[in-house]
Amino acid sequence: MDVSRAHIVLDDADIGRAIRRIAHEIVERARGSEGLILLGIPTRGVLLAQRIADAIAATEGTDVPTGSLDITLYRDDLRLRPARALESTSIPVEGIDGKTVVLVDDVLYSGRTVRAALDALNDLGRPAAVRLAVLIDRGHRELPIRPDFVGKNLPTSFAEQVRVEVAEIDGHDRVTILESPEPPTAEHEGGQRR
Amino acid sequence: MRHLLSAADLTRDEAVLILDTASELATVTDRSVKKLPTLRGRTVVNLFFEDSTRTRISFEVAAKRLSADVINFAAKGSSVSKGESLKDTALTLEAIGADAVIIRHGASGAPHRLAHAGWIGGSVINAGDGTHEHPTQALLDAFTLRRHLTNGEGDLAGVRVTIVGDVLHSRVARSNVLLLQTLGAHTTVVAPPTLLPVGIESWPCDVSYDIDTALTDADAVMMLRVQGERMRAAFFPSANEYSRAYGLNAERLRTMRPGSIVLHPGPMNRGMEISADVADSDRSVIVEQVANGVSIRMAVLYLLLGGNTKGQGS
Amino acid sequence: MTALVLRGVRPYGEDPVDLVIEAGVISEVARPGSASGRVIDADGLVALPGLVDLHTHLREPGREDAETVETGSRSAALGGFTCVHAMANTDPVADTAGVVEQVWRLGQRSGLVDVRPVGAVTTGLLGEQMAELGAMAHSQAQVRVFSDDGKCVHDAVLMRRALEYVKAFGGVIAQHAQEPRLTENAQMNEGRLSGVLGLTGWPAVAEEAIIARDVLLAEHVGSRLHVCHVSTAGSVEVIRWAKGRGIDVTAEVTPHHLLLTEDLVAGYDPIYKVNPPLRTHDDVAALRLAVADGTIDAIATDHAPHPHEDKDCEWAAAAFGMLGLETAFSIAQLALVDTGLLDWRGLADRMSVRPARIGGVESQGQGLIPGAPAHVCVVDPTARRIIDPEAVASKSRNTPYAAMELPGLVRHVVFGGVPTVRDGALA
Repeated sequence: MDVSRAHIVLDDADIGRAIRRIAHEIVERARGSEGLILLGIPTRGVLLAQRIADAIAATEGTDVPTGSLDITLYRDDLRLRPARALESTSIPVEGIDGKTVVLVDDVLYSGRTVRAALDALNDLGRPAAVRLAVLIDRGHRELPIRPDFVGKNLPTSFAEQVRVEVAEIDGHDRVTILESPEPPTAEHEGGQRR
Repeated sequence: MRHLLSAADLTRDEAVLILDTASELATVTDRSVKKLPTLRGRTVVNLFFEDSTRTRISFEVAAKRLSADVINFAAKGSSVSKGESLKDTALTLEAIGADAVIIRHGASGAPHRLAHAGWIGGSVINAGDGTHEHPTQALLDAFTLRRHLTNGEGDLAGVRVTIVGDVLHSRVARSNVLLLQTLGAHTTVVAPPTLLPVGIESWPCDVSYDIDTALTDADAVMMLRVQGERMRAAFFPSANEYSRAYGLNAERLRTMRPGSIVLHPGPMNRGMEISADVADSDRSVIVEQVANGVSIRMAVLYLLLGGNTKGQGS
Repeated sequence: MTALVLRGVRPYGEDPVDLVIEAGVISEVARPGSASGRVIDADGLVALPGLVDLHTHLREPGREDAETVETGSRSAALGGFTCVHAMANTDPVADTAGVVEQVWRLGQRSGLVDVRPVGAVTTGLLGEQMAELGAMAHSQAQVRVFSDDGKCVHDAVLMRRALEYVKAFGGVIAQHAQEPRLTENAQMNEGRLSGVLGLTGWPAVAEEAIIARDVLLAEHVGSRLHVCHVSTAGSVEVIRWAKGRGIDVTAEVTPHHLLLTEDLVAGYDPIYKVNPPLRTHDDVAALRLAVADGTIDAIATDHAPHPHEDKDCEWAAAAFGMLGLETAFSIAQLALVDTGLLDWRGLADRMSVRPARIGGVESQGQGLIPGAPAHVCVVDPTARRIIDPEAVASKSRNTPYAAMELPGLVRHVVFGGVPTVRDGALA
């Protein structure tokens, strides 16, 4: 990657603050942590969901169940690429019926991933409410979807890529914008996922 | 992957991907809504030239759970029984717009022909051809072995499997020997010499005529169905003698390692290759194999049809 | 009538001559450039006696959709042949004087090659009752070769009687050696590959056991035996042993068994389905050596045309057999001459002289000497061609050599003094 054309939008301290703020807002909105479930969308959304859960535990002293929700089988663009390997879906044993499910993803862009996640949730049960938490909202929505909790709003152009890196996978926490005219590579395509 | 014709077509990584995908898809069976939208708008044809209700239903359920449209095209009661050729049947299916054809045929190599003769453009899945192969059976067996004998991940390195029965006529045995080799397991086949193919010594497995020694260090034993007509063709003298020499009974099961399991592709001849008490014992995973068959077939259908199917290698 | 002159041609690849043909016979072998008449420039090309095929399926009567005597004769002429033996497994079977005379007459009408009908050994090829061998021998067709080809005369008593019976008119039984019980539903050579492919095996012993039995029968009754399409190294050993013992046995091998091996079956393409089946590399090597040392007397095509639908299907449903006439010379050159196993005289012996003798065809295989009937095949061994199934003269397209580049081209053929092929096309 050509780092000279990338600039850092959030560093590790910024991300930590954003997570804590989102955690706080989620609890505030739900008037406590009772009945909450955090479902991350693989891969980085799952890690962010766990960090939000850790932040809630630190301030509230309660453990919010977390899980992962793979949306691959619900994507609307399956036929644009060869079949993809599935990510893990793991739903807390108590299920989602009657719960407030917070979907967590790293970047919100077209909204299609969230649309697929809502379809997937629908097949898993009937939550009392579904909320959406994202670290970055980069705009350019193609569906009527808006986030409830946002780490940072980041206006971007189509040509730009937003890259979210987390310590568990990438060795450090960082969000960068790449002014790359080239199409994104497979994994770090948070900003381009459609 | 474009087609699934032989277990030999699969690399280790491809085989593990199918098993991993099946693991994820298995959870769908436990949900209230046992359906995924993934193959909406895809048409899957079950083209069965031989009766096999269990295999056909397994593929049908798998395809329907992925929301594919399923057409069952059985040889009996269709134009096939009136002598229509495989080619003309294939051209008909192509005209209908089949995205995948799941074929069961009495002639070895018929799926290979269907895939490569230029008659159709869709994917071909071999659901059992003659005495050649039955790759999804081998995959579901591997999936079952992995669940019980390893931690449910990766390959089957170090697992010891003994396959007993009519290897000569068994497509299940052929596919299993190939796939188990790919996944790193160690296989021993056991049969009377008449039911072993010429050239078996070149297969990637050990060969034995003695079930008792082949059971002692096995982690799993796979019993093959033995058909009565083999007796009349002088492959062995009598059902009794076969059962005594090669059948799995409770006494033999006791000689096996603790934690070892018993598989059978079905349908079983109770009292012939397997005794009723073994078939129903807690070491038997035969019923679970059926459930795993659906997950494996969902995985294969998803991986063949779930993406862009144009411009792929085979 | 002016003489026909093959100018500058090299008989058996030896020194160039002018081969002069008059009134259906070779009249003179002259210094190159010296003869005059209707000149065909054959400078540098190799002249061989017209090729004689002991084993051709012309399919007429009955399967005119696959081949007719006319189309098969064209195919034969283009392949360098001046005589073919038309196998008896037609519909109706060539088991009466009526049918063999019909085939013979169709050959005469076509006039491109000698069409010598083979008579069935048993009525309807059923292996039960001896056909009227004498009537066929004494018919206009003058049948000398009798065969149930496609089926084995497996009844030992019937085989013995047939061997004895044909002695009265100098006939020969050409056996399709295939023990029927050992080859029930057999699909390919039995070995490692048949086990892997799940195709019912066709063991070599099913051929060798019949040959062993038949040579002993021939010895016992003092008869002549011909073995069709030998395909295994073991068969070669049995025949070599029998010849060493003085038994009057001859044998043929097909071009495809001199080149192709069972590995080709792995793709389940029925174009490679043939009876006897393609065997192993070791068998091919042994067969080539057997032709070279004379243990196998003749190369015979087993030209077996089948309509497209009989090959465009799954393996088990497909018909056995492959085309051979138009590629036989090329395959023989590739397998035997280019490998140094035979010189051109040797090849002429195996493809013309000996097959004519085995078939009792006196007018054929007489060589390139003054006075011999003018059946001549002129080839260009240096030319190469890519086989195009759509371009064959046969009515069928089931050649296993499609898209292969083969050496050797039949350039001119003279049949009974008349050019049938000029510059690789029918004259």
